Amino acid sequence: MNLPAELKYAESHEWMRAESDGTVTIGITDHAQAALGDLVFIELPAVGRVLKANEACAVVESVKAASDVYAPIAGEVVAVNEAVTAAPESLNEDAYGAWLFRLKPAQADALAGMLDAAAYTKLIG
Amino acid sequence: MPRQTPLNAVHRAAGARMVDFGGWDMPVNYGSQIDEHHAVRTSAGMFDVSHMRAVDLEGDGARDFLRYALANNIDKLTQPGKALYSCLLRPDGHVLDDLIVYFLREDFFRLVVNAGTAEKDIAWLRDLIRDRASPLRLTPRDDLAMIAVQGPQARAKVWQAMPGSEGASRELKPFFGADVKLADGSCFIARTGYTGEDGFEIMVPASHAIALWQALVAAGVAPCGLGARDTLRLEAGMNLYGQDMDESVSPLVSGLGWTVDLASPRDFVGKASLMAAPPAQQQVGLLLLDAGGVLRAHQVVHTTHGDGEITSGTFSPTLGKSIALARLPTTVAIGDVVHVAVRDRKLAARVVKPPFARQGRALVQ
Repeated sequence: MNLPAELKYAESHEWMRAESDGTVTIGITDHAQAALGDLVFIELPAVGRVLKANEACAVVESVKAASDVYAPIAGEVVAVNEAVTAAPESLNEDAYGAWLFRLKPAQADALAGMLDAAAYTKLIG
Repeated sequence: MPRQTPLNAVHRAAGARMVDFGGWDMPVNYGSQIDEHHAVRTSAGMFDVSHMRAVDLEGDGARDFLRYALANNIDKLTQPGKALYSCLLRPDGHVLDDLIVYFLREDFFRLVVNAGTAEKDIAWLRDLIRDRASPLRLTPRDDLAMIAVQGPQARAKVWQAMPGSEGASRELKPFFGADVKLADGSCFIARTGYTGEDGFEIMVPASHAIALWQALVAAGVAPCGLGARDTLRLEAGMNLYGQDMDESVSPLVSGLGWTVDLASPRDFVGKASLMAAPPAQQQVGLLLLDAGGVLRAHQVVHTTHGDGEITSGTFSPTLGKSIALARLPTTVAIGDVVHVAVRDRKLAARVVKPPFARQGRALVQ
C-alpha cells in the first residue's frame, strides 16, 4: 500500500500535507480510492467555506457507490483542485497527486494528533 | 462464511477485490471495472457465474409442469436446445425469481436460477411438483461450474481455448445451447449472456473450471467481476433480481410484461392475480442530463404524474453518463424530463426506453 511517510492521515481515510505557507492540503488515501473503485464524479466545497473538524464537505462517487469526504481538521477552504473534478479518474491513478482541497487551519498545531503512515497502516490492517 | 466457487483461489491470486454476493464470495473487480466493461463491449471478457444454479428437471410431463409453473410460455420452445427467459411467480403474482430454461428433450429441461434465491426456488418447485402428484425429478447441479464469455470476440476465443468445441457450437443461434463432447469430457455451451453482447455461457464439471479459465486467459479473454457485470447488464436494459424486481412487486411494474403471456388460455401460477390488478407503475430507463452525481437505487424520482423510484442506477462507461432503471407512474411518457433527488439537489433526467447500449453501440443520446 502506497503511504508517503511525509503525510498525516485521518481515520476517515483522508491524507493531509502541511504546506510551507501554513495551509494544509487534503486528499483521500490510495487505500480509499482502491476500495471505492473507478471514480466518476467528485464534488468539492466552495472556496471560503468554513469547516468544522469531521464535517462532511466533499463527495466522491465511483461506479459502485457514493462516499462523503470529511474535513479532518477545522479551517477555511482556501483552494480546491478543479482538475480532479474535471477528471475524477486521475484520483485512481495518483491519490496523492490528485489533491481535493486546501484549508487554512483554525488551529496552528492542527496536525499534531493525526496518524502517521505507520499508525494508518495498522488501522487499515 | 460465504460459499466459494471452484475458481475462488484463481480470483484471489489475480488480485480480485472480493465481496459477498447472494451468500457467495465473488470478485467485484480485478483492477478497473470500467476497463473490464470496455473489454466486453469491444473484445472479450469472462465472468465466473458458478454461483448461479443449474437445476435439471426430468421425467414425463416436464413440459406440462413448466407450462403451469412459469409465467412465460414454455410452448415457445419447439426446437431442442432453445432457451427461454421467464419469471417464477408466487400465487399473488409477485416475482419469486427470474430464470433461463433450456429445452433439451421432452422429458429433460434445465433451469438456471439466481444464486441468492436458488434454495428458495428449489423448495418451491419441489412443493409444486408434490402438489401436482407429478413424477418429476429435480436435480440441483452443484457439480457444475459456469463461465460466461462475452463480447464480439468471445466465441472465437472460446474455440481457441477449447479445442474441438467449434464444430458443435458454431451453428448455435442466439438463445440456443447444446451438449458438446470434448476429448476430456463433455460440457454444455449456450449462446446466452447478461451483457448485451454476443458470447457463450459454458457449464463444465467443477473439476474442469480452473483449466478452462486459464485457457481463456491464455486466449486473451479479460477476467471481469460483478462490477462490470452490473454496468453491462444495466446498459443492456436487463433486470437484476433483488433490485429491479423481487417478492414485493409484479413483473408488470418491473418491465417484464413481455415475458408474461396473459392473452392465451393457459393457466399458470400468479396469472389470476396479475389479471385482477392492472399495474399503476411501469419500468422505464433514465438518462441523467444534469451534472451533480450518479443515479442510484432508491433515489426518489419526481414527475408531473407523481413520484417514483430508481431501482438500479450507475455510471454508464459506454455513454459516459449516468443511467438508471426506474419505476414510475404509467402516465409518464418516453421523452419526458423528470427530476431525481440526489443528495440535496433535484437533477434533471430524460425518460428513455432501454436498452442504453448493446453490441458495442450506444442506443440513446
